[in-house]
Amino acid sequence: MFDTLWYSRKLRVWVAQIALMGSLAALIWWIGGNTAQNLTERGIRTGLDFLSRPARFPISETILHYSPEDSFLWAFIVGLANTLWLSALTILLATVLGLALALARLSAHPMLSRLAAGYVTVFRNIPLIVQLLFFYGVATSVFPPPREAWTPLPGIYLTLRGAYAPDLFLSSSGSWLLAAIALALILTLRIAWRWPTGKALLPLPARLCAAVALWLGASIAIWHLAGRPVRLEFPELNGLNFRGGQHLSPEFCAIILGLTLYTAAFVGEVIRGGVQAVSKGQWEGGRSLGLSERQIMFRIILPQALRIIIPPMTSQYLSTVKNTTLAVAVGYPELGLVVNTVINQTGQALESILIMLGVFLTISLSVSALMNWLNARVALVER
Amino acid sequence: MTITARLAFLALPLATMMAANAGHTETTLETVRERDRLICGASQGTPGFGAPDDNGYWRGLDVETCRAVAVAVLDDKDAVDFVPLSGQQRIPALQTGEIDILPRTLTWTVQRDANGIDFTTPNYYEFTGFMMPKSLGIEKVEDMAGATVCVQTGSTTEIVVNDVSAKHQLDLQPVVFDNTSAARQAFFSGRCDALITDAGALASVRASMADRPDDYVIFPATEYVDALTPAVRHGDNQWADIVRWSIQTLIAAEAFGITQGNVDEMLNSDDPRIRRFLGTDPGNGTALGLSDDFAYRIVKALGNYGEVFERNVGMGSPLKLDRGYNALFNQGGLMFPLAFQ
Repeated sequence: MFDTLWYSRKLRVWVAQIALMGSLAALIWWIGGNTAQNLTERGIRTGLDFLSRPARFPISETILHYSPEDSFLWAFIVGLANTLWLSALTILLATVLGLALALARLSAHPMLSRLAAGYVTVFRNIPLIVQLLFFYGVATSVFPPPREAWTPLPGIYLTLRGAYAPDLFLSSSGSWLLAAIALALILTLRIAWRWPTGKALLPLPARLCAAVALWLGASIAIWHLAGRPVRLEFPELNGLNFRGGQHLSPEFCAIILGLTLYTAAFVGEVIRGGVQAVSKGQWEGGRSLGLSERQIMFRIILPQALRIIIPPMTSQYLSTVKNTTLAVAVGYPELGLVVNTVINQTGQALESILIMLGVFLTISLSVSALMNWLNARVALVER
Repeated sequence: MTITARLAFLALPLATMMAANAGHTETTLETVRERDRLICGASQGTPGFGAPDDNGYWRGLDVETCRAVAVAVLDDKDAVDFVPLSGQQRIPALQTGEIDILPRTLTWTVQRDANGIDFTTPNYYEFTGFMMPKSLGIEKVEDMAGATVCVQTGSTTEIVVNDVSAKHQLDLQPVVFDNTSAARQAFFSGRCDALITDAGALASVRASMADRPDDYVIFPATEYVDALTPAVRHGDNQWADIVRWSIQTLIAAEAFGITQGNVDEMLNSDDPRIRRFLGTDPGNGTALGLSDDFAYRIVKALGNYGEVFERNVGMGSPLKLDRGYNALFNQGGLMFPLAFQ
């Protein structure tokens, strides 16, 4: 009976699998136990109870409300929110700029395509951290101190402490009104655009201008009728610095500019590669049908290129999320900087790093899942 | 590869790791003697406290504190390797055994003490200060309303900024940097109105980085004085004792009036306390696991605390700091020699 068991292929395979998984589990368990023992021996406090204690350290700029009396957990969340905000904004801006770069590189105009190629070469081949430090150096050395601020437009101040602009203050009806006005603009433009050509009195560009003028007039009238629910609050020089209004810090500008310009170079190349991978026959087919070059690009080539673009684009987006941790170098408080500070204040490096690992893994897997879903949707369906 | 071979492959590293775990743990003194080098944490460049000179030779008050331990243990003030560490690397580096001593402008706090490091004895007392350009015309904390402050992480100063801001309702706007030199450069470029850190480090930054040091003013951020104290790993009491008494040797030597110049004459002193201190009457050194003349060797190699201070941060240096809190207790300072007996 043992003979048959010994020679049973099925059993052997199972035993091998169980042994492998068992060793892996043992290895993880051993590493965990060893770490815990060493931490105790060195008298390092462990556990997550520090998360509820007040953080007490400042975070220089946040998109969620934070004060030093808040807990360490909230400090992590505030850092995470900054990271997500930075990632989302960079991905959006880099994709738009990347698309423009790709179209420029593909253009038949020699100067445009060479300029785009030059841009890609420069920004792709300089390490990101160097670019960030460069932009930060520019932001904090070109501009004047607050007391001698540049004012390109009334209410807008450029200083080496960043840019200040008037803040919009909305009453509750004001935000609804603003949304309605924005919606009206879209509707007006759409109607003007789609107006049946036969019945139109004006050619398309003039029609669009007329629509915008109409919308502007109507909006101003409604705004006055509604009792001016929107007002502007101007920044004022008060003591050492400007107070009030919107503030863009040099740290934020440097990291957004640096990340966007760098990522756009890669995104541009991915899109260009995708477009060029679509067979030339598609262009020729389009031309023989009498479509214009623009129509062929947007109706035939880009939809097919999208299938090729999405997988490498996923990698670019993932890199962007991870690259936001370089904001540490220019002093923008994303999750990495907050984690560093927490480690220093509490000494609980292992827990803090594990939290950061978990968070980045979650973000990356989510981006990845989203892009995979998108990929599945646009993938060629063969019947 | 067969399944057995694969399993053996997996088991091998496991077994070695288990074996490595079981070994005898050496004391720090044994490790240092075996290595014949002392490894000290150092700053990333704070001239006067710890920075390499033009020839790459490390100089500074904290550096010489380390050299005193090297003289005591290895009888060679140059048998030290310095590892530059950022504010946030320094404590993990000590805890994990990368360095033997951390004498790097480290404030003695309860949170740090309770979290895996042991403090020995203070080698420098000072206040946390703000540095501002004189042109802004501000010379005390109460006038700083709305100021932006460059702060480096990995220090107690982040919390001081918050405390000061709350206490005087100043609404200070911190700009936090991960890197010491980034915070300093941002201050000198005008990104911030003020730079906050230990006053000694501020004097060092002003002397080494400002175009015209006289254009900047330094004033205290709080009325509290911090004890900057070299630290060792938690759990090796013998090593903590050696470091503590090596630093104390510098202070006691000054209190006894023993200098690098007169230490040989002092060997013939009739004062029993001095005889015990220098090891003419044996007992102190052996109790620590060192040779009895360790204090004599330290003073012979480096001088007393006063000499070390003047040479690195005092009037004999570009920093030109007063002894202030760091004078001996009988001259109005806080430096107090413990009993060498």
